Amino acid sequence: MSVLILRVSECERLVNILYEGNKMNKIEKKFKELKEKGRKAFIAYLTCGDPDLKTTKELIKVLCKNGVDLIELGVPFSDPLADGPTIQAASQRALSNHISLKSIFKMAKELEASIKVPLVMMSYYNPIFHYGIRNFVKDAKDNGIDGIIIPDLPADEAGQIELFARKADLATIYFVAPTSDEARIKTAVSHSKGFIYYVSLTGVTGSRKSLPSQIKKDIIRIKSFTKKPVCVGFGISCAKQAKDIAAYADGIIVGSAIIDKIHLAGSKKKALIDVGLLASKLAKAVH
Amino acid sequence: MRPNKAGYFGIFGGKFVPETLMNALSELEKAYCKLKTNKDFHSELNFYLNYYVGRPTPLYKAKRLSAEINGPVIYLKREDLAHTGAHKINNTIGQVLLAIKMGKTRIIAETGAGQHGVATATVCALFNLKCHIYMGDEDIKRQKLNVSRMKLLGAEIIPVHSGSKTLKDATNEAIRDWVTNVKNTYYVLGSVVGPHPYPMMVRDFQTIIGNETKKQIMELEGKLPDYLVACVGGGSNSLGLFYPFEKTKVKFIGIEAAGYGIKSYKHAASLITGEVGILHGSKSYLLQDKNGQVLNAHSIAPGLDYPGVGPEHSYYKKTKRAEYDAVTDKEALEGFKLLARTEGILPALEPSHALYYLKKKAGRFKKKDIIVMCLSGRGDKDVEAVSEALGIK
Repeated sequence: MSVLILRVSECERLVNILYEGNKMNKIEKKFKELKEKGRKAFIAYLTCGDPDLKTTKELIKVLCKNGVDLIELGVPFSDPLADGPTIQAASQRALSNHISLKSIFKMAKELEASIKVPLVMMSYYNPIFHYGIRNFVKDAKDNGIDGIIIPDLPADEAGQIELFARKADLATIYFVAPTSDEARIKTAVSHSKGFIYYVSLTGVTGSRKSLPSQIKKDIIRIKSFTKKPVCVGFGISCAKQAKDIAAYADGIIVGSAIIDKIHLAGSKKKALIDVGLLASKLAKAVH
Repeated sequence: MRPNKAGYFGIFGGKFVPETLMNALSELEKAYCKLKTNKDFHSELNFYLNYYVGRPTPLYKAKRLSAEINGPVIYLKREDLAHTGAHKINNTIGQVLLAIKMGKTRIIAETGAGQHGVATATVCALFNLKCHIYMGDEDIKRQKLNVSRMKLLGAEIIPVHSGSKTLKDATNEAIRDWVTNVKNTYYVLGSVVGPHPYPMMVRDFQTIIGNETKKQIMELEGKLPDYLVACVGGGSNSLGLFYPFEKTKVKFIGIEAAGYGIKSYKHAASLITGEVGILHGSKSYLLQDKNGQVLNAHSIAPGLDYPGVGPEHSYYKKTKRAEYDAVTDKEALEGFKLLARTEGILPALEPSHALYYLKKKAGRFKKKDIIVMCLSGRGDKDVEAVSEALGIK
């Protein structure tokens, strides 16, 4: 008889498992789909509003046409201390256009119907904190955002936002760095939903000619603690690097190299073409 | 005990930094907590503070100043007489000794007025360490004397061209350097700001100001003062003075920079006008716009020209343990002249704000009240800027 009596907490746990299983986040679905095809993810980062929001929208469509699997919508911030010169300059340009979380939400909503890839918002913490955490999570979800990445908010400080994000099924993605020890890896891994963001190097964002050899070892180590996808970002600028890393990681994230293309192009038309070309090369390298 | 284990002073503080730095902060905290109770470390630190910095600094009764403003009894804690000319060296000696114990070979720092940069460069020369100082372009222009001093001491100055080209941006750039070179580099933060454990650690190293004051005033007056007054940028000289008096009835007054005036939006009064936000690794009052973008601060005093403030000051404000007021650029210049002419001391522009406050609010004090004001630095570095502002050729 006692075998049949499950404790209430145990019931809740089982219900949660079933519930979570049915309600797979759009990001998780994407990685599942890629895995079934034996592909890795190509994730592109754009600073929203650089040079203007209309162009950002067109760039997103171009990226989608050229094989992108997930898009990071970068929210410009006055003090982007994890970013190198490329994204710093992009943020400054965007801020001079008065880009705010509200205008980015509006853009995301307008895109919702026409694009299928998951959208992840990447913002420093202060704009979110100032917006109000509860409202931010609600508005993000309502406007078609599937996940959030906050470079200056380690899981240790994220209790409040995670509470709301869990309820709203908004994925929280945390970083693991080459300097993270086992305890920190475990924290990041257990709090992450969607994927885990591995920072390829000790440093800020920006294209690098060569990347540290430590990456492979670290990815294998992280994977020994989790079944969640692990993607690599910071420094990746070309198809060769993307291909090498995709051999052992679940995805690659490219930002500065795309932004450089936009600004070296000279005209908007050429920028869209050049970004499309780079995207298709990167997608091909990892698919 | 403040802060708590997670580095919070009430709701303020914390560690809001990229993952790459989280381990470095834990290491730093561990190393510091171990040394904090180590007798050998303290005797080494005290040796340098006494024989190299020249401590204790005098507590000087400024009679002519009191008479001139028809005010209370005023004592000046003469941090301007510390080696390198400001209180900043109390902290840099402590942190660089810690860096050496941690086996770090390269030192970086940010600087606004250049006083923290000079204090860091000085200690690096003393201990033969490589030293890189980040300084905003704007500050390099207005603090030429300190730039030359740092160079002569063997430090390399890295000009920062981003943003407002002042202290905030120099701090961003120093953090970026630290993220990149975290393995061999120690970041000497110059104020009670940044992620935990910095606000606690810098406060602890600066409490020598308050501890000495307590002893000195007891010897001179046989009782504690009624008020402590100091300028607040990030807030290290004020917190260093206030903290040892926390459990007494002594009242604390912090003076921020009102720049062109509080209503001009060109000021650095984060405690008075700011909203809670996150900058440079901690939660505190912050000058920001409606979208949570950090505003550029303004003050004639480069050392106060910062949109944030130390989290423990935010805690003091919230709990009303301290009161805060602000003084404009113009008024600070008056404060500068006042001390020069009554006491023969050229103060730095930063404490000139606190000096003018004493004049402006002389009426609120009783004649017999005893006030200790922290004269956090000397004015040599500002002579050029002040002469220009006052039209002295």
